[in-house]
Amino acid sequence: MEPDAAETFAPEIAAVTMAASPPSRRRTFRWRSKLEAVVIPVGVILVSMILFGVFVALQGADPIAVFASMKKASFGTWFSIQNTLVRAAPLMLCALCTAIPLRLGLVVIGNEGALVIGGLCATAAGLQCQNASASTVHIVMAATGMLGGGLWIMLVGILKQYRGVNETISSLLMNYVAIAVLNQAVNTWMKDPDSLNKPSSYPIPDEKMLQPFGDTQIHWGLVFGIIYCFCAWFLIHKTTFGFQVRTIGANIRVARLAGLAVGPVTLITCFLAGAAPGLAGMVEVAAIHGRANESLNAWYGYTGILVAFLARQNALACIFVSVILGGLLASGGILQRAHHLPDATIVVFQGIVFLTILFSESLYGRFKFFREDTA
Amino acid sequence: MIKLRLLFTTLLAIISLAAAAAAKDITMGFIYVGPKDDYGYNQAHAAGKEGVSKLPGVKTVEEAQVPETVAVQETMRNMIEIDGATVLFPTSFGYFDPHILKVAKQYPKVQFLHCGGLYTPGKHPANVGSYFGYIDEAQYICGIVAAHTSKTGKLGFIAAKPIPQVLRNINSFTLGARTVKPTITVQVIFTGDWAMPVKEAESANSLIDQGVDVLTCHVDSPKVIVQTAEKRGIYSCGYHANQSSVAPKGYLTGAEWDWTSVYSMYAKLLQEGKKLNDGGIPHLVRGGIKEGFVKVSPYGPAVSDAAKKDADAALAQFKNGTMVIYKGEIKDNTGKVVIPAGTELKQQDPVLEQMNYLVEGVVGSVK
Amino acid sequence: MSASLGFWEIPIAVLAGAIRGGTPFLFVSTGECLTEKSGKINLGLEGVLLMGAMSAYAISYKTGSPWCGLLAAGGAGLILGFIHAWLSQQPKVNDIAAGIAMIIFGSGLAFFLGKPYIQPLAPQLPGLNLGGWSSIPAIQSALKICPLFFVGVAIAFAMNWFFRSTRWGLFVRAVGDKPDAARAMGISVWGVRTLSIMAGSCLAGFGGAYLSLFYPGSWTERVSGGQGMIAVALVIFGRWNPVQCLWASLLFGGAQALGPALQSIGVSSYYYLFNASPYILTLLVMIATCSDKKQLAGQPGALGTGL
Repeated sequence: MEPDAAETFAPEIAAVTMAASPPSRRRTFRWRSKLEAVVIPVGVILVSMILFGVFVALQGADPIAVFASMKKASFGTWFSIQNTLVRAAPLMLCALCTAIPLRLGLVVIGNEGALVIGGLCATAAGLQCQNASASTVHIVMAATGMLGGGLWIMLVGILKQYRGVNETISSLLMNYVAIAVLNQAVNTWMKDPDSLNKPSSYPIPDEKMLQPFGDTQIHWGLVFGIIYCFCAWFLIHKTTFGFQVRTIGANIRVARLAGLAVGPVTLITCFLAGAAPGLAGMVEVAAIHGRANESLNAWYGYTGILVAFLARQNALACIFVSVILGGLLASGGILQRAHHLPDATIVVFQGIVFLTILFSESLYGRFKFFREDTA
Repeated sequence: MIKLRLLFTTLLAIISLAAAAAAKDITMGFIYVGPKDDYGYNQAHAAGKEGVSKLPGVKTVEEAQVPETVAVQETMRNMIEIDGATVLFPTSFGYFDPHILKVAKQYPKVQFLHCGGLYTPGKHPANVGSYFGYIDEAQYICGIVAAHTSKTGKLGFIAAKPIPQVLRNINSFTLGARTVKPTITVQVIFTGDWAMPVKEAESANSLIDQGVDVLTCHVDSPKVIVQTAEKRGIYSCGYHANQSSVAPKGYLTGAEWDWTSVYSMYAKLLQEGKKLNDGGIPHLVRGGIKEGFVKVSPYGPAVSDAAKKDADAALAQFKNGTMVIYKGEIKDNTGKVVIPAGTELKQQDPVLEQMNYLVEGVVGSVK
Repeated sequence: MSASLGFWEIPIAVLAGAIRGGTPFLFVSTGECLTEKSGKINLGLEGVLLMGAMSAYAISYKTGSPWCGLLAAGGAGLILGFIHAWLSQQPKVNDIAAGIAMIIFGSGLAFFLGKPYIQPLAPQLPGLNLGGWSSIPAIQSALKICPLFFVGVAIAFAMNWFFRSTRWGLFVRAVGDKPDAARAMGISVWGVRTLSIMAGSCLAGFGGAYLSLFYPGSWTERVSGGQGMIAVALVIFGRWNPVQCLWASLLFGGAQALGPALQSIGVSSYYYLFNASPYILTLLVMIATCSDKKQLAGQPGALGTGL
């Protein structure tokens, strides 16, 4: 009794093929849907702030003061904006690892593993060529990081394509494998004997590190992230390859019937998706840590999954969502320092925000007022 | 002569009075890698922060659960720029390189005091210092008590990672135990990470199944291990903090930090206007039982009089500075001589902070 | 006096570990199995496990009764399960994303509310001494088994029977396989899924209670150690069959004990890779048994399709 895949997918096909087809409708100003796209997110922020405000008030803190300091610590000053942007950089790259394969209809959550493997490969390569010029080192590291992360996620695609292994589960399991490989590597094969109490690889020389811009804390990671997001968006929405990807995502049977090379397209897409967190791993090593060690595994990957869904799989929206989330992460500390709330408070707030945003997805198109055809 | 001494003391009193008058208000920032109520490493530091915050003229600010990533750099900058901290105590080992080194270069006027690091003059910025306690002295005492209590001659040590700080504790514990019973063995299990409660309980059980009847550990939160030992009816020594309430029957003693005394010492120096940069505050501060950096928990009910006598004697030697734990000849557990006969490595010797072996009597491997 | 068991220690440790350490896996995997049979994935069981562990410990400490704690953990599971069920059934909401958000929410709440309970000692669930016949402490200890383990085993078998032979079990399978057909039959897809997710989450809550009230028997923020995340893999390992989930859980529990046991007799290398062995094993089993031609036997048809 095998359920017929096409049949099970049926109601969605129409919607998705429509979305995948090139834009052809009249270009009139559709203010109602634009308004919807503003009102719903604003409403989400308000609702989650009220929920969190109640929670904070129950703990005996003043919600208004808490929000004021959170604003100060995330977007209030140039100093805090820098913090926010630095936090946002790895998130965008990690988000792409989920966002791009979602276009194929694959839910990949191997972001953390791809980041770790990318960082590890980049370190290994960077150490090999550390006597070359700084820019050579950077290019080699970036290339190997992307290669490592890309192959890692491509493996997920291969397993899916040729063995039918569920990509969500295999990529989740591969996160654990990647972290184990990292720990084993920095504790044995790659270990710098001088890294005494925190086993690490040999360091990349200081002068070969990615330098921040001027006096700021902002480094190349942010630039890489924004460029990668733009490229991904262009690839998916403006190229033939992207059209193939979206067609496969809409209906794999139709795509096969149309003669699309489903296998290669899937593998290339997975590679490009994995290369993004691989690059994030390289940036972590080359701009921040200077060596590979367990700190590479810092939950950027899992947060990236959420960014991808919150951005509704749109690579450009990933930039925006990452900055907002970066601000949220950067404002966590001030709750402890200024308001003496427990360290878990910010986690509760994140949970509330994520749940509300996810719920808000279902609100689009639900209100009559925002429908163009009723106007 | 007496007059001279009188003059001298008055002079001293005046100086200290002047110093007190000049004492500035300082803001100390503390950063922990885990939750500050883990009943272990981070809680010990947080307790030290609580203690020092009661001193007059000292303001404190703290942040817990700060990972060893850009997050800690950001926290340090926030504490300096927003909270006005003039001295920072980032307490996790992994904060040092590259995070503290980087931020310290950007804020040369702020003092960065790191717990556990090894400050190297010339290589590291002048406004960075490091402090740590020789908690292995307390482990040595625990070893003595454990060896007296053990009937099977097998002790167990559950450790997170085979890094020098941990190996030194294992070795000192073993050397302490071997002064009592030269044939005693210490079986070690590495769990691979600082906080893995299930794996720690599993390790405790398998050690106990092997016939181990006294357990101790070096993990972030020893509660689970001490509790498992109590449940299985064997003895345990605590770590980081006093866990006697978890095991009222089997808790022998434990190696504890006393960060309040360390942080108060720093607060005093800083209030006097001293700085790391000009050498007013030493860059490398280390201390053991004698200096009050570490202490042993009060003995539990299962500790025999003979054990107390030996342990107290060793304690007295630590206090008067005559005890040397690492005295040749010491072999590692593969039979290789690591400290030749006639060599005495004092606690302050930096060689000991690079330990990469397990001494004879330890069953386990650093690989 | 206990004689050392030498190499015999390993099978005993693995057996004991399989039962001791496998029980939480058993609860989360049977819970996840029920959830997935209805056609939804709940990746958020990690959060439920932590919330269950925290509330069980806190209530046991406050009331002095571990059984009240157990109930509280089940209740926490039901509430979190309801949030997930409600959210993941909204149009356009992906259940994987909802699961990750629930991990963050559940663990945040558990850490936040659990701060005062890290240090105190709460009354523990009793263990049944089934090893009284042996004079060897290792065996006695290995056979000191929490009644929850037997409850879990019973649930696994009962759930198997439930799916195969009851009307309600048929509803769950119908909803999970062909929601449209089920709807046409007049079954409330929303209702069946909500109940399945809530019941599954409640089981995971019990798993959390086991962690904090029996083994390792204390509330710390790292107590779950990713066991809830891996439930999803366990269910695949067990082919959406509760009884096979039982074997898979025992295997994972045993694997957890193998590393320390090997070290305790002196075999110690590569423990990082060793610690990852359950994940590698699951991956290999999936690769070996999956096929691109057809779905796995037992896999609910609507799983992961957003229907």
